[in-house]
Amino acid sequence: MPIHSGARIFVESLLREKVEVVFGYPGGKVIPLYDELYDAPIRHILVRHEQGAAHAADGYARSTGKVGVCIATSGPGATNLVTGLATAYMDSVPVVAFTGQAPTSLIGTDSFQEIDIRGITLPITKHNYMVTNVKDLAKTIKEAFYIARTGRPGPVLVDLPVDVLKSHADFIYPKNVNLPGYQPTYEGNYMQIKMAAEAINTSQRPVIFAGGGVINSNASEQLTNMAIRGRIPVVTSLMGLGSFPEDHELSLKMLGMHGTMYANYAISEADLIIGVGVRFDDRVTGKLETFAPHAKVIHIDIDPAEINKNVKVHIPIVGNVKNVLDKLIPLIKTVEREEWLEQIKEWKKQYPLNYEFDDNSIKPQYLIEKLDELCDENTVIVTEVGQNQMWAAQYIHFSKPRSFITSGGLGTMGYGLPASVGAQVGNPHKTVINISGDGSFQMNLQELATISSNKLPVKIIILNNGTLGMVRQWQKLFFDERYSATILDNPDFVKLGEAYGIKSLRIEQTNDVEIALKEALNYNGPVLMDVIIPQDENVFPMVPEGASIKEMMDLKKTKREKEKQGEVA
Amino acid sequence: MRHILSVTVNNQPAVLARISGLFSRRNFNILSLNVGETELPEYSRMTIVVEGNTDTLEQVKKQLYKLIDVIKITELNQSNMIERDMAIVKVNCGKNQRGQVIQVVDVFRGKVVDFSLDTITIEITGDENKINAFIEIMRDFGIKEVVRTGLVAMDREMNNNVLTN
Repeated sequence: MPIHSGARIFVESLLREKVEVVFGYPGGKVIPLYDELYDAPIRHILVRHEQGAAHAADGYARSTGKVGVCIATSGPGATNLVTGLATAYMDSVPVVAFTGQAPTSLIGTDSFQEIDIRGITLPITKHNYMVTNVKDLAKTIKEAFYIARTGRPGPVLVDLPVDVLKSHADFIYPKNVNLPGYQPTYEGNYMQIKMAAEAINTSQRPVIFAGGGVINSNASEQLTNMAIRGRIPVVTSLMGLGSFPEDHELSLKMLGMHGTMYANYAISEADLIIGVGVRFDDRVTGKLETFAPHAKVIHIDIDPAEINKNVKVHIPIVGNVKNVLDKLIPLIKTVEREEWLEQIKEWKKQYPLNYEFDDNSIKPQYLIEKLDELCDENTVIVTEVGQNQMWAAQYIHFSKPRSFITSGGLGTMGYGLPASVGAQVGNPHKTVINISGDGSFQMNLQELATISSNKLPVKIIILNNGTLGMVRQWQKLFFDERYSATILDNPDFVKLGEAYGIKSLRIEQTNDVEIALKEALNYNGPVLMDVIIPQDENVFPMVPEGASIKEMMDLKKTKREKEKQGEVA
Repeated sequence: MRHILSVTVNNQPAVLARISGLFSRRNFNILSLNVGETELPEYSRMTIVVEGNTDTLEQVKKQLYKLIDVIKITELNQSNMIERDMAIVKVNCGKNQRGQVIQVVDVFRGKVVDFSLDTITIEITGDENKINAFIEIMRDFGIKEVVRTGLVAMDREMNNNVLTN
């Protein structure tokens, strides 16, 4: 006896997966689904563009550790999810996306709003499905959530033809999944772990390189224990920020193109690198041939394909980071490495992050430092992509996992505002701050409406330099200051915020920064701050693309070069 | 280096697209890919011939394993496998040349599957080298059309080591 429509089975399945909130945008092919959602105990956040739905689900997932869910209709609705899914895929974020589809009888006929979204998303999802029979629906949803959250997490898309949503079947939610081709390895090989421990205990200059995998597997505590127990300094990737407390003396903050000089020096001089849940991305390694030339590499990762992909690994351990570290920690001895730690201290003293403070114009680094002072541990920082992102990564002291939400692998401009929607919905009692640039902000600013109508108290800080800052920085440094297509003629962001009913203010004076930030943070509701910053402020240090990470340009050096050039002229 | 992988996959729509898409996206050089149902209808087996060094091969295998629809990958050892390629070759061949052509076909243990007044069509199976050699010889007569399956291959059973050539 058929008892449920496909749409009803969809809702029941989501409830079994303990989904509390979905981000979506309705359309013709998902009306039956929305009709069921109308009465369901699931919160629906109506975004203003499907890309926003995908990013919001992603921000929700990163900040809560749960699976983020987004819904779009077929055709343009589905294709608008693509950038969001690709973003989640590159950073291993568990998201399940549901898309409407033309009825099965019309598939393949180029019918209205029909698109092969499964084909389109093949390379940017961990897995995807099209459900062609309502009897498979519950099982497919079960598998989709299971695949998204287990192993190396990632986005999964389920395409739902509208007739499947309308036809009926029994609702049987399977207890288990049966996927013979999907057997992630969770426990690391003990012999390998022992070898790793031995390599760590006998090394003179080890460095831990922690990435997003530490956060994904909730292993920050283990990571911290290991570092302290072994007295091993820690660098992180952009995705790993927050996995190790940055106020700890063993923290060297971020590595790579815009990492700290001391992190890059430490990696370059290390005799052992313990890569934990990282993928040795090119933004981190710089020129591969010169990356960590003296080091043996231990690599702990749940994805075997990451081993030896970019960097030659000497001791691979495939497994869940938390499980592996649990076994590894007891084998680690506290080794005195005073010389190494002294050297690192020296580098830290000699090459700190620095910028030139200015009374007259607001230095973005100064603003972020102030923000860091004013925020407590209960803060989630969400960024856009570009200079704003790098300044945030550099000048905020992250002490907790899931406190920094940013698009790393894909570098998606327009990510931050919708992601902060998701982060705020998932963390109603935390302060969610979107650090933004004027360029990125305008890529998804329609989500101001979502923030406003849902009364989400997100604090939006637009670092407004009237330009695509990071591209301009490259143009300045490597393209003879030919500023091709990087000047933005911006609208009045304060008026824009106000048009959406959001408290908005502009700050232009260094003196006003602290007062304005306090005002915004204390305000019970969303705030948009248009912060006018100098156009020529650049992110330092910097490793030029394709260079060795030891060859960092820093503020002092570039200034010196400028002076030298002046002398010559 | 040429590597031969025998890959068991779910027999489902879009699986071939997933696999071939993976190869193109990751810039792996694929020489041939064959797919057909196995003894169990829920699975298909693919014979994939890949070109690359051992590092590439390692990545190919690991990336393939990441696909949910990939059940098992076996790397076939050149010295211990049965490999077959099949070709259908249409050759220009008037009455006078028929005898000559059929002689060659016999030597190669091919099979004549069609005649016309001025062509002859041959089916031939064997390893790639044999088929390459046959096609080379047929060029002298003038090949009109060739169609090849690409490689299918399987591990030899080791415990009853009977040769089946």
